[in-house]
Amino acid sequence: MQEVLGKPEGFVDNFVRKPGDYPKVTHYCPGCGHGRVHKLIAEAMADLEISDKTVLISPVGCTVFAYYYFDCGNIQSAHGRAPAVGTGVGRSNPGSITISYQGDGDLGAIGTAEIIHAANRGENMTVIFVNNGIYGMTGGQMAPTTLEGQVTTTTPTGRDIDEAGHPMRMSEMIATLEAPVFVERTAVTDTKNIMKTRKAIRKALKSQKDGYGFSFVEILSSCPIGWKMKPVAANQRITDEMVPYFPLKNFKDEIENRSPRPTKTVDPDPNKIIEVLGVDKDERLFKKDQSFIDNFKDQHVRIAGFGGQGVLLAGTTLGYLGMETGLNTTWLPSYGPEMRGGTANCHIVLSNKEVGSPLVEKASTLIAMNQPSLNEFGVTVKPGGLIVINSSTVEGKYTERDDVTCLYIPMNEIAESLGVMQAANMAALTAYLAYSKAFDVDMLTSLIKANFKKKTLIEKNVAVIQKTYEYVKENYLN
Amino acid sequence: MEEKTPRVEIIPEQCKGCELCVVECPQDVLFMSKKINQFGYMVAEYKGDGCTGCGFCFYACPEPGTITVYKKKRVKKEASA
Repeated sequence: MQEVLGKPEGFVDNFVRKPGDYPKVTHYCPGCGHGRVHKLIAEAMADLEISDKTVLISPVGCTVFAYYYFDCGNIQSAHGRAPAVGTGVGRSNPGSITISYQGDGDLGAIGTAEIIHAANRGENMTVIFVNNGIYGMTGGQMAPTTLEGQVTTTTPTGRDIDEAGHPMRMSEMIATLEAPVFVERTAVTDTKNIMKTRKAIRKALKSQKDGYGFSFVEILSSCPIGWKMKPVAANQRITDEMVPYFPLKNFKDEIENRSPRPTKTVDPDPNKIIEVLGVDKDERLFKKDQSFIDNFKDQHVRIAGFGGQGVLLAGTTLGYLGMETGLNTTWLPSYGPEMRGGTANCHIVLSNKEVGSPLVEKASTLIAMNQPSLNEFGVTVKPGGLIVINSSTVEGKYTERDDVTCLYIPMNEIAESLGVMQAANMAALTAYLAYSKAFDVDMLTSLIKANFKKKTLIEKNVAVIQKTYEYVKENYLN
Repeated sequence: MEEKTPRVEIIPEQCKGCELCVVECPQDVLFMSKKINQFGYMVAEYKGDGCTGCGFCFYACPEPGTITVYKKKRVKKEASA
């Protein structure tokens, strides 16, 4: 009889990371510490018989591909957000085992807030924090845990603590919090330390399995390529340089002193949710008119202007018109960092059929509240389409296209003349509705009356709608 | 005929030549060979004799299934009922 120590069952049989002839090897560099840690986790999962209820959260970093290896549930999260995703996974799957696998750039830099608060809440998760003191995947930049004087690509003369601060000891920080039950730092340098790591991982996972909540295992690990060292020398460096600053020890073990927390069952009643959200009543502002819906012509509207012109509100108002009449509606705001003083626009699709994409790439109508918007989006209007131009800010005529209809509405003047400068967007919307006849202008008035809270604003907006309607009737209808 | 235990098997096609198993082996029965695998790595090899089945090399190896250690099954004394 023989006993076999081989590939743990916590791994999948074939790794399909790189389609090809060698699906048995990982994508990690030769001698990488991640491989050792992976092996210990896979073995522990199998031995504790938790693979079927474990969800491992892959971070951003080299372990972004962890889901190719572990035979359990896998989710890959945004950089540093693994504990936040783990919180959701743990809470919505009571009794499951959550492993948040993170590196030092992920956990100690961009994800500092997530890890601190997940630990402080004592979420049901085990954090495996692999600390190699460097951003390995991106080519060896300084991380929060990079040692003083350590040369990296972003600290070519060595980490200057006056400039970049001191290397952060995350285990020590986590251990000061009340909720975590088990916090330990180990290393995967040699057999002795690998065995200690093995024990720590198993203890952490078992404590979670038994319902004790949050556990944290920091593992000092080598990045031979990032450190530009041979694997054997890299492991020696951990012992010689990292361990003196990051002592290997247990910082907290409260498992004996605490009792397991009962598994909270989450059993949301779908009807209750619908009731709370108030979507159980099929109440619409306008009485359902099937012939109106059946005859409705799809509207793809782009409303664009600069931030503060009420572009997005005009969009939602149009969207509400669609919803309240029983159409299918999407509204998608589109603005980037340039929103601050720059341009803002939104896409609205209204249809009596299902809306496939909320993007308006070819607009049937463009509402251009200013010159840059007209320049940018004028070309996207479908032939035969409509452009509603704010002639208060756009000088002259739009001559780029001769296959579209242009309405020139002095929106600012109309709004200002009624003492409500902010209502230029309503003037724009009214002009579009009056000309396109997509909806009755009276419907817009009813919607404003129902949706706006301030009575004085309702009156002024209604006045703007009236005046704009008269303007369009006079200049464009007949 | 069952192969002798304890022994270690290293799959050369899955070895990346990091040498970590060789360093960890307390019996000094692993070595870096001159053989080069399909990736271009010089692979680790077992001398063929002297393995005690301690498993150090298994845990030292970062690859999941490159190294397999076979050892005699420990017979546990079962508590009498």
